[in-house]
Amino acid sequence: MSSEKSGADILVEALTDLGVEVVFGYPGGAVLPIYDAIFRQGKIRHILVRQEGGAAHAAEGYARSTGKPGVVLVTSGPGATNVVTGLADALMDSIPIIVITGQVPTQLIGTDAFQEADTVGITRHCTKHNYLVQDPARLGAIVHEAFHIATSGRPGPVVIDLPKDVQIASARYAKPASPLRHKTYRPQTEADPTLIEAAVAMLAAAERPILYTGGGIINAGPAASDGLRELQALTGAPVTSTLMGLGAFPASHDDWLGMLGMHGTYEANMAMNQADLILCLGARFDDRVTGRLDAFSPDSQKIHIDIDRSSINKNVRVDLGIVADVGSAIDDMIALWKAKGHKAADTGEWQRRITGWRARKSLSFPASDHEIMPQQAVKRLYELTRHLDPVITTEVGQHQMWAAQHFGFEAPNRWLTSGGLGTMGYGLPASIGAQVAYPGRLVIGISGDASVMMNIQEMSTATQYRLPIKIFILNNQYMGMVRQWQELIYASRYSESYSEALPDFVKLAEAYGWTGMRIEQPGDLDDGIAAMLAADGPVLVDCRVAQLANCFPMIPSGAAHTDMILHAEEVIGEASDEAKALV
Amino acid sequence: MHITEQAAERHTLSIVVDNEAGILARIAGMFTARGYNISSLTVADITEDHAVSRITIVTYGPPAVIDQIIAQLDRLVPVHRVTDLTELGPHIERELALVKVVGTGDHRIEALRLAEVYRARVVDSTISSFVFEVTGNPDKIDKFCELMREVGLVEVARTGVAAMSRGREAA
Repeated sequence: MSSEKSGADILVEALTDLGVEVVFGYPGGAVLPIYDAIFRQGKIRHILVRQEGGAAHAAEGYARSTGKPGVVLVTSGPGATNVVTGLADALMDSIPIIVITGQVPTQLIGTDAFQEADTVGITRHCTKHNYLVQDPARLGAIVHEAFHIATSGRPGPVVIDLPKDVQIASARYAKPASPLRHKTYRPQTEADPTLIEAAVAMLAAAERPILYTGGGIINAGPAASDGLRELQALTGAPVTSTLMGLGAFPASHDDWLGMLGMHGTYEANMAMNQADLILCLGARFDDRVTGRLDAFSPDSQKIHIDIDRSSINKNVRVDLGIVADVGSAIDDMIALWKAKGHKAADTGEWQRRITGWRARKSLSFPASDHEIMPQQAVKRLYELTRHLDPVITTEVGQHQMWAAQHFGFEAPNRWLTSGGLGTMGYGLPASIGAQVAYPGRLVIGISGDASVMMNIQEMSTATQYRLPIKIFILNNQYMGMVRQWQELIYASRYSESYSEALPDFVKLAEAYGWTGMRIEQPGDLDDGIAAMLAADGPVLVDCRVAQLANCFPMIPSGAAHTDMILHAEEVIGEASDEAKALV
Repeated sequence: MHITEQAAERHTLSIVVDNEAGILARIAGMFTARGYNISSLTVADITEDHAVSRITIVTYGPPAVIDQIIAQLDRLVPVHRVTDLTELGPHIERELALVKVVGTGDHRIEALRLAEVYRARVVDSTISSFVFEVTGNPDKIDKFCELMREVGLVEVARTGVAAMSRGREAA
């Protein structure tokens, strides 16, 4: 029998047993016993952020770039409420993070004690699951269970709320036998073979197939991306992806159509519209992808493979729903395809139509010799860094969409972005998380002037841990996507979308001990990027870009895939109330 | 611009859950968070060790929404299983109501006569009032309350629906 330990020591030992190497956090009164336990150990590295929200996004960046769960430790009350956005973000994008929050002592719960918040109440609907631990003897098992829930099935955030007296009280801890078998939570990972058979038959019979892939493939691990490539090679089907799935299929491949959806390519959206079979792999028919639902891919049969049953038939009714881990289901399909001796169908006519759509060059943008076009900046950033296989993070807005359109990804876990929740302020801390995971890799945060301000304090974290992240701001002095919508939908009434009083980013960088640089002329773009790459340590680049550039192509809210706007000239000045009501 | 709604169906769901702290908030909160409806909700533990509870929810919505509700309930960690009793076929629904009626003379006599028809029991009485206990399916309770309104109904307390499938199989 092992001797009794304090709750704080049990927590640290359980985290160590689970292979946790890094915790992102911020101390406070209700977690002092845990911070003392961290002080007394040598296995877990603690990264001190500057605001708890930064810790949550850093943990997301760590998780997304490594495939391992991210861990956060914060205090009660404001510490806990500050991580709520990160929890909601991780829930939407299926990112495994475990957030440990301090809580006031159990006897003070409910008394409006200092720094008390109802953390389990507040986080109940923005976590996959949460716990309030009232017994130190249960703590070890709960920590192991929390990791199991966060990382299995459809991954997501889990909160463990830990009252201060439970951190101090003692109990025994023993590492539970693995694998953990939960009494109610048992996600289905293996597909029903009869459904796989039906899916393969439908795929083999299709004349105009398309693979519509999503973040589920990234979550299923790198082997699922390999599986996707093999399945594609066997079937010859073109591939498109959601924002979250970029990197699962190589952007340099001839059958890559680019991202689909609101700011997706013309060829991807037209192919979705005209396909006779859509095979959806780990994506969720999000409104940003489907556009107007009653006009979404009207003539196709649809197969949806997802580990979350509630994603199937949620937005779009499908002909065949398969609940499974997408990587496992892809392997099953490959095996059956080969066993049946199927050959890739003659998709010559389909390929010719796609070639025709590609010829529209929907990602083209107007050139300029007197100002830097933001698309050009992303393109050059891609071309000058691709040989370094960088990890790219973004904030949210125009720069994010331009990055998704113009930066090519060849492999998974290189692209960290806030897709579902659309959280401005995600990118800078996510870059920190990725750089902590991979100290030697190039991590570039493509950013916007408004977004970067949302968690700008995290520059100090990068300085403290000498994390050489490169933050490349496409500075147009606007909340660009808000301004673009106001231009397109509200007759250019730019209500509160101008970035008045931005800091001097170069001086700001220097104040934080970073290297700051400014790029203003198209002719200086390449040299500026080279200087950024050459500089040691963290770099903040203020790249001044065309202020009024818009992100196209674009499917306006509530429009069909076939109603894409390719160029600014096609835009009307004021939209109907129905269009305005859509997000 | 006007907001339109789809036609709704009534479904009775049985949800067997681990009886842990916050489970009811988790279930009920999921309904509010996703904009689903609850017409009635009952909950009580059903095992000897009090570890498992059965929640019966009567909800309504278009078929696709009902499917979503079941899928969303099913993926909550402490949920053992969700059964759509309406979809399953014949099932029994029972509800208990306490109904207070105040009146004298003809109203009082009529209230007693109606209570007999509905097999309601008198569980409290004064010179000028009765409290009736009535059980049955929700329609019967509705009808009983409607009639009692004519003869001096002043207060109603209803338990909400408890439900179970017919036949020998456990749902």
